[in-house]
Amino acid sequence: MTTDNRKEILKRGAIWAFILVELAFFSIIGDRLSVSDKAFMDYANMLLLLKQSAPIGIIALGMTIIMINGNIDLSVGATFALAAIVLLDSMTWPFMQALGDWAIPLAWVFALLTGATLGAINGLIVWKTGVDAFIVTLGSMLGFRGLVFMFNGEQPTSHLNWTLVDFAEGHFLGLHTPTWFLLCAALVLWLLMTRTVHGRNAYAIGNNREAAVNAGIRVGPHMLLNFILIGFLAALSAVVFYSESGSVNPNDGMLFELWAITAVVLGGTKLAGGYGSIISTLGGVIAIQLLRKGLGHIGADTQTVNLVIGLILIAVLILDRQLNRKGQGELKI
Amino acid sequence: MTLTKQDIGRLLAKQGILIAFAVFMIGFALANQRFIAIDNIAGVIRSSAILGVMALGVTFVVIGGNLDLSVGSMMSFSTIVVLDLHDKIGPTLAIPAMFGLTLLLGAFIGFLVGYLKLNSLIVTLGMLSAIHGLTLTWSGGKNMDIADKSGTWFSFFGQDRIFGIPMPILIFALLAVLLSLLLARTPFGRKVYAVGGNGQAATFSGIPRARIVFFTYLISAFCVAMAGLLQASRSLGSQNTVGQGMELEVLAAVILGGASLLGGAGTVFKTVVGVLILGFIQNGLLLVGLDFYVQYIVTWAIIILAVWLDVAAKRGRLWSPIA
Amino acid sequence: MTDPTPVLRLEGIVKSFPGVRALDGVSFDVRPGEVHALMGENGAGKSTLMKVLGGIHAPNEGKIFIAEEPVVMTSPMQAKAKGVVFIHQELSLADELTVAENIFLGELPLKSFGRVDWAKLYARTDAILKKLNVRFTAKTRVGDLSIANQQMVEIGRALTVSPRAVIFDEPTASLTDAEKVVLFDVIADLQSQGVGIVYISHRMEEVFKITDRISVLRDGQYRGTLITADTDEDEVTKLMIGRSLDLSRNESHHEMGDVALEVRGLSCGTLFQDVDFAVRKGEVLGFYGLVGAGRTEIAETIFGLRNPTAGQIYLNGREVRIHSPIDAVRMGISLVPEDRKGQGLVLSMNCRDNMTLPQVDDMTAGPFVSDGAEIAIFDQYRDKLDIRTPGWRQLVGNLSGGNQQKIVIGKWLSMRPDVLIVDEPTRGIDVGSKSEIHSLIRDLAAQGFAVIVISSEMPEVLHVSDRIVAMYSGKVMREFTSEEVTEDNLIQAISGITEKVA
Repeated sequence: MTTDNRKEILKRGAIWAFILVELAFFSIIGDRLSVSDKAFMDYANMLLLLKQSAPIGIIALGMTIIMINGNIDLSVGATFALAAIVLLDSMTWPFMQALGDWAIPLAWVFALLTGATLGAINGLIVWKTGVDAFIVTLGSMLGFRGLVFMFNGEQPTSHLNWTLVDFAEGHFLGLHTPTWFLLCAALVLWLLMTRTVHGRNAYAIGNNREAAVNAGIRVGPHMLLNFILIGFLAALSAVVFYSESGSVNPNDGMLFELWAITAVVLGGTKLAGGYGSIISTLGGVIAIQLLRKGLGHIGADTQTVNLVIGLILIAVLILDRQLNRKGQGELKI
Repeated sequence: MTLTKQDIGRLLAKQGILIAFAVFMIGFALANQRFIAIDNIAGVIRSSAILGVMALGVTFVVIGGNLDLSVGSMMSFSTIVVLDLHDKIGPTLAIPAMFGLTLLLGAFIGFLVGYLKLNSLIVTLGMLSAIHGLTLTWSGGKNMDIADKSGTWFSFFGQDRIFGIPMPILIFALLAVLLSLLLARTPFGRKVYAVGGNGQAATFSGIPRARIVFFTYLISAFCVAMAGLLQASRSLGSQNTVGQGMELEVLAAVILGGASLLGGAGTVFKTVVGVLILGFIQNGLLLVGLDFYVQYIVTWAIIILAVWLDVAAKRGRLWSPIA
Repeated sequence: MTDPTPVLRLEGIVKSFPGVRALDGVSFDVRPGEVHALMGENGAGKSTLMKVLGGIHAPNEGKIFIAEEPVVMTSPMQAKAKGVVFIHQELSLADELTVAENIFLGELPLKSFGRVDWAKLYARTDAILKKLNVRFTAKTRVGDLSIANQQMVEIGRALTVSPRAVIFDEPTASLTDAEKVVLFDVIADLQSQGVGIVYISHRMEEVFKITDRISVLRDGQYRGTLITADTDEDEVTKLMIGRSLDLSRNESHHEMGDVALEVRGLSCGTLFQDVDFAVRKGEVLGFYGLVGAGRTEIAETIFGLRNPTAGQIYLNGREVRIHSPIDAVRMGISLVPEDRKGQGLVLSMNCRDNMTLPQVDDMTAGPFVSDGAEIAIFDQYRDKLDIRTPGWRQLVGNLSGGNQQKIVIGKWLSMRPDVLIVDEPTRGIDVGSKSEIHSLIRDLAAQGFAVIVISSEMPEVLHVSDRIVAMYSGKVMREFTSEEVTEDNLIQAISGITEKVA
């Protein structure tokens, strides 16, 4: 049993070890090759890194709970874009403009509600039709994107509200506003997944759905709730990002689902469900962002980042397989 | 009474996609005469050809029980590479070189999924990102254009006609026929179905599962290379993100054609139907005067309805038994 | 014994499925503090009865009483709430979660805001684990436990309520002897608290050891209840199968040829060690032993699915190395696997394609598969094996178990192998098809095939084998000829008892 424990610690710690290796690599080797004079481990640089992790990070947190539950969501990118449009567009509505700055929280609510509704649509379809979540969300990835184009065609939607920008660019206790959103979302979801019945049942469903059903757990509502949550989080991510930028392109958010899944898998969550952790996903998100910034820091083309991340993802998979080998006498199927 | 209802259900599930296709075609044709004009139909097929060629390859991968999410970025890669090499070593060498490089990528994926038995979703997700990076590195992040656009015969594949038939249509049709024969009539095709239908039973029957999976990815890569060639030849210049997002559209077409994500089911013919449905819906909605985004929403509905009918027929009830 | 109120009573339960009357007027009752065995052959209706009791199937007729109150069961959860708990043979656990979470799966104790009350959860789990006298803790991950301990967790689930009746379905299938003792203690403990126990098992010795009464089902019908102390194995068997157990041995010997397959010192890690045996052409060699004795693993090793860690395999006198099923098939070895649906067939393919799968490469006309050659093979073996199917286009998933098995056998016969290995040839197959397959195996040997039959059913091994190899815990204990084998010495051999003069 001790070997199992050791393996468990190894698994959970791997992503953090990887982050340390990255930090060491980029500060030692990196500072020598660096194109700028600033050190990599610069405090401001690290803060910025956390801030930049927030948009994908918040979505990846949602993807974690979906995947722990044994599903997947390919529509988060489109949900992200649609929530962003609702956020910016709603502030141009006459009655909203009449409200002055009070329109901001209302616009946020609209955006978040949009996200939660889209998530609920996915969840209900998965629950009621029994079609695999991969296919359902593949479909809604296209459908939601269609809704995005409905607003403004291929034109970008813009609305800059300086109060909003000030808030989004602000600091609080040394951290950027988006960082706070990321950390708070992580904390809440961590509590949800480790402390509540919903979280534990979600693990059980992903781990062994039949056992969960036999034990009388109602699978449908749990899945629905998780889809609502990921929709909400995709919208939250949009709120965090677009409060600052103030302009959304209808193609924004494309491939976000893939980045989010990459971060989640790097964090060690099992694709088949039942195993994974919010905290490790946070590690996965930070690891990817570190890599991005680090490669920039040593003057590598930004393009290389994609290459490196892709190869690392595959390397992790190979490593995981080697760790889980049963050794002698294994059935070769 | 219940029997007839079941029979209708079974018929819908089995041929539902063809029925839906027919209904659509008739509906659009009634709404707008232009829809069934020969040149319109040819136009639709022609613009679906690139997506279609890729979908043919992915059909093999999906029937073999795996996924391929890397075809979009691989297609960008092929397009950029062949355009870049065109000016450097000439089209005669550029084309085989591009095919070689693309097949190499396919072989790498096939090795990881087939021989190392890694999860295909994550592997091809990783490759999506990696190949994207490779393409950007190759092109230096810039768009790629052929210098002398009027003086090259390279436009032949994307722009010329033989017997009045546009080349993309010809290539798509030829490839569809060949691959259909390969899948439906040869021992290799039979093994693809066996491996996707029940990998363990295939192994227990002495079928080299790893090798079969490997070859499905090679076929997929070949089709991607062909799609890249068509794309490059048609435009003679390209952004390095030209194939972005196509992986999921391709998958949608394949699923619409009735291939099961679990493997073991589907045909090349049905995939072609799936591709054409997507193409004609897009065209038909535009012709009846609807905005282009409506096609996305309609496609969404169609994919889910198609798969829903399929699973509903298999379990014998419309709504899922999930509590 | 006085007649106290039964904790659970069934009266005239009838359950029909389209075409079958799965249960036909079944009645029995369980008294508090009693262990009541429910016996019957596979397909006799035990599992259907359990499903009716658990509310998964609604009965067409009949009543269920708990403590003489009529109830309508709607789900296993509702049954549990009423004090009727099931412990299934197949483990139904979430192995990434802790023991405590599994025991209270679906009924975790709550605090405000849907939070789990961990303190209460662990306290209650500890109390249950103490009762079960196990060595793991509430916080152990279930995936880290042995199968036997996982079974204990499953049993622990029954103790989260104060049960009136607990139903054990083949609980000892995967337990070692030492673990069985613990299980029997648990049962005795429940008994002393006045809980009624229904004990479903095939194992006579256990049934006679721990039960008070035995009820028997045959073909969905209730055949009667016996008092354990007043009966014997023979009477129960007669009730179960309608006649005495047919332990007749194979007597038809035919001429045997050379040794087709010989194995010397074959080992594979901890699965089996130092196995020697040989099988001649025209001979049926039976492998008998308990589940987990290593028989299937030997077959898989010979078929190239596992790498042996030591030993040699000789085929027709020449040493061979078999790295994959592809090698095995080429060398003339065929395996009809244990798990028909999982390993034998591609259920989504038709009959013909399944049958010709291993040789599809050779059945070509030009680059294409030759329909004619395939259909010819299918027709030949359909007639030879009497496979009942509307046509070759039928999906194998739609055939009965017996016909499916014949497709798998046909698949390998058409390869004309030198050695045919058949693993559990009649599992889950109806009685009629069973004897057909038995005579088929004898016929094959008569035609000169070397056949290895692996089985967990004693009548089957006795019936078809010329010689029997008895295995226990990865080792060959003894080899018998069909003349010298007796029920007793066979059972002793597979239970690990080496020498005892019979």
